Amino acid sequence: MNVPTKTAFKPGDYKSDLTPVWCPGCGDFHVLMSVTRAMAQLGTAPEDIAVISGIGCSSRIPAYTNCYGFHGVHGRSLALASGLKVARPDLTVMVMSGDGDGFSIGGNHFLHACRRNIDMTYIVMDNRVYGMTKGQPSPTTEPDWDSALSPGGTGLNPFQPLVIALASGANFVARTFSGDIKGTAATIVEAVKHPGFSFVQILSPCVTFRPDEKEWKKIIHDASVEATDDAARAARRIMTDDGFNVGVLYRGQRKPYGNHVSDTVGDLAMLDEEFVL
Amino acid sequence: MSATGKKFESVSFAIVGSGGAGALTVGSILLEAAGKSGLYGIMNRSVGPQIRGGEAAAHVRLANQPVTCMAGSFDLLIAIDWNNAERFAAEMGLSENSLVITDSDGADVPEVIVSSGAKVVALPIKALAKAVPGGRENMIAVGLAAGVIGLSVQDVMDVVRSKLARKGEAAVEAGRLCMDAGLAQVQDYAARYGVDPTSTNDGRWLITGNEAVGLGAVRGGVRFAAAYPITPATEVLEWLSPALAKVGGALVQAEDELSSINMIIGASFGGRASVTATSGPGLALMVEAIGLAQASEIPAVIIDVMRGGPSTGIPTKSEQSDLNIAVYGCHGDAPHVVVAPLSVADCLFTGQWAVHLAEAMQVPVIVLSDQSLGQARIIIDKPANIAFFAQRKTYEPVVEEVYSRYALTADGVSPMAIPGVAGGQYTADGLTHAISGRPSSKNEDHRDQLDKRLSKINDFDYGDHWAEIEGSGDTVILTWGSIAGPAREALRLLEEDGTQVKLVAMRLISPFPKEALLGALEGAKRVLVIEQTHDGQFKQYLRAQCDLPGDIKYFHRAGPKAIGPTEICTQIRDWNIS
Repeated sequence: MNVPTKTAFKPGDYKSDLTPVWCPGCGDFHVLMSVTRAMAQLGTAPEDIAVISGIGCSSRIPAYTNCYGFHGVHGRSLALASGLKVARPDLTVMVMSGDGDGFSIGGNHFLHACRRNIDMTYIVMDNRVYGMTKGQPSPTTEPDWDSALSPGGTGLNPFQPLVIALASGANFVARTFSGDIKGTAATIVEAVKHPGFSFVQILSPCVTFRPDEKEWKKIIHDASVEATDDAARAARRIMTDDGFNVGVLYRGQRKPYGNHVSDTVGDLAMLDEEFVL
Repeated sequence: MSATGKKFESVSFAIVGSGGAGALTVGSILLEAAGKSGLYGIMNRSVGPQIRGGEAAAHVRLANQPVTCMAGSFDLLIAIDWNNAERFAAEMGLSENSLVITDSDGADVPEVIVSSGAKVVALPIKALAKAVPGGRENMIAVGLAAGVIGLSVQDVMDVVRSKLARKGEAAVEAGRLCMDAGLAQVQDYAARYGVDPTSTNDGRWLITGNEAVGLGAVRGGVRFAAAYPITPATEVLEWLSPALAKVGGALVQAEDELSSINMIIGASFGGRASVTATSGPGLALMVEAIGLAQASEIPAVIIDVMRGGPSTGIPTKSEQSDLNIAVYGCHGDAPHVVVAPLSVADCLFTGQWAVHLAEAMQVPVIVLSDQSLGQARIIIDKPANIAFFAQRKTYEPVVEEVYSRYALTADGVSPMAIPGVAGGQYTADGLTHAISGRPSSKNEDHRDQLDKRLSKINDFDYGDHWAEIEGSGDTVILTWGSIAGPAREALRLLEEDGTQVKLVAMRLISPFPKEALLGALEGAKRVLVIEQTHDGQFKQYLRAQCDLPGDIKYFHRAGPKAIGPTEICTQIRDWNIS
């Protein structure tokens, strides 16, 4: 290879020169800054990181990084990433999604990715709305939020992604706020380093379809207690909190998924033996 | 007459009983024993939807030369019991030359069996089994069948021993006593339907289509698989799981087919040749992501072991009715490759070829196997090693060069950077993209990339592998996939009558090999198109793609009743070729 490899990186090394499609003021700009800052802090070369996504505003993020990326189909980012990580355990795999992509169409993969506990990091930019299709309620939207598709609100209770993640077996659970770039970056660094499946919910306001979310910066507060390794305890806290406390909420000790492809190729001829009469 | 100068001879028998009665075990034991004695053979299973307690039948055909399909009729039928007989009776094809053995203490022989004119013999199957401590009725049936078809008792006993060894010496002894008891009952019919081997078993294989397609994939370079269990494809996965582990690969059991197809796309993006296996309902779920692999140019192999459809259909029985979804399922213009194995043994070749094609062209390849191939167990000569290995055109970075993942190249295939390679970073995307891979909705980018992805598969050199062509003459049987088996046999039967017929069995379905096909049909006066679909999907595909020469006859029928060689012969004879 002719390209020299660097050993120290700055956040800018992880950014591409592509202009995001996001609206001015979108929380996802801050997420991109946090992610590239985290990558620099991790010190992993851009070519050794894969950013995998599905469909939605947030899922546009891979092309805005200078890493390997995959912008797949709606809801299947975790499946793409799981296959990649099992096939290439040497890579750092970061999955970036939104609340519709991740919790609605991709809900089943979320459960099983947590269960499977493959060593990768799942970052969901939660703005409680479908932005790309211009303002429909998502699984995390409040029941009375009015929209053209669900006039007067859905009447449905919001999905609790952090609790579902705990119940399903995720090994690291955190909530952050996009406006807190430094804190979010630090949490992402910890999530990537933590073995197994790490889940970070980033509250990331949609200023276009949810202008009320501009107020989030005023109500966000640090989690008042230390992270626990007791999933039931963490779940109870999250069920009873106000939804705006941020920090690492759970650090588990489950063994990560161990099955992966190796570079050593066994003797193919031995596969013939069982068929010989 | 074959190359050895010996006339082809075969014997067909069926063992039926309730699911769990062990009919399939009887078939497996006798097939393997016959193989050890130097015979060729094939066994298919006909089972009901129930997990236990439905009907189960082993259909076995033994021959002195390689055999690739069932005869469509049976010389011998042994019924351990007649439960659910109405479900399989229509598939039996018995005649006055057949022998039916029934339990003298069991239910009456069903009218549909009696009316066939077959000779019915009642023997005390249950009572004989009861008389042996630990005895089982199906092991009595082993003895009955071995006697009537004159198999080597020593070879049968060797297989019984190896199958029962893990259950202990008492089980082996019970098996031996049951087999002997069965043999003693049929002395009057000893070797009634015998077929003698014309050669010795020289390193032959016993393999199913589902195992063979998995082995082909691994030989082709696959090291990752992800899949969700589904009948009749599950055995592909159950074989791949330990096999991949042995060669440094991995199989992940996914939560659904949406996940399994995306997992293999992810793994392949990471540079590993990857495969999944499913059946119709699973393929339907995978279609969106197959379009993603097509648009983002990620190699992927999807094995579809077809079953009766639509919807849940008939999971345990064969059909070819996934042709349309395989070729046309994707939204948008998404040309990809569809291939079909032509026999159980060919599952190995076609599985390996599919990986080669996927990797060489960076395209999803769908392999249309079916239940009649996948779950059939067959004795074949040791397969040759084939020189198809996954060869992906990868990107080697150059200083100062800006990498374009989807660069327009002469053959339409662009060098693909594999994660970990510095300077090759790009984002694979299902969005229409420019050559850089960046999203674009420009007219020229859309056109260029559509052109590129169409031309790379159209211009590829598929060589002679697009079809298997046998025989000669101006009457042609044109078919695809598993129907090649009965069609081959029909050729042999017609030749015995002095009718020369040519067979063109297509292995490459899409892209449509128009020039090669029309070349093979040159001079044809009559073309008989055969397929196992109700609506004539292959017929419609052919009609859309080309004008066939001569007088054309279409014969298509749904499953589950297999299309047999005699049926095909009838279609040809009806033409009254002078």
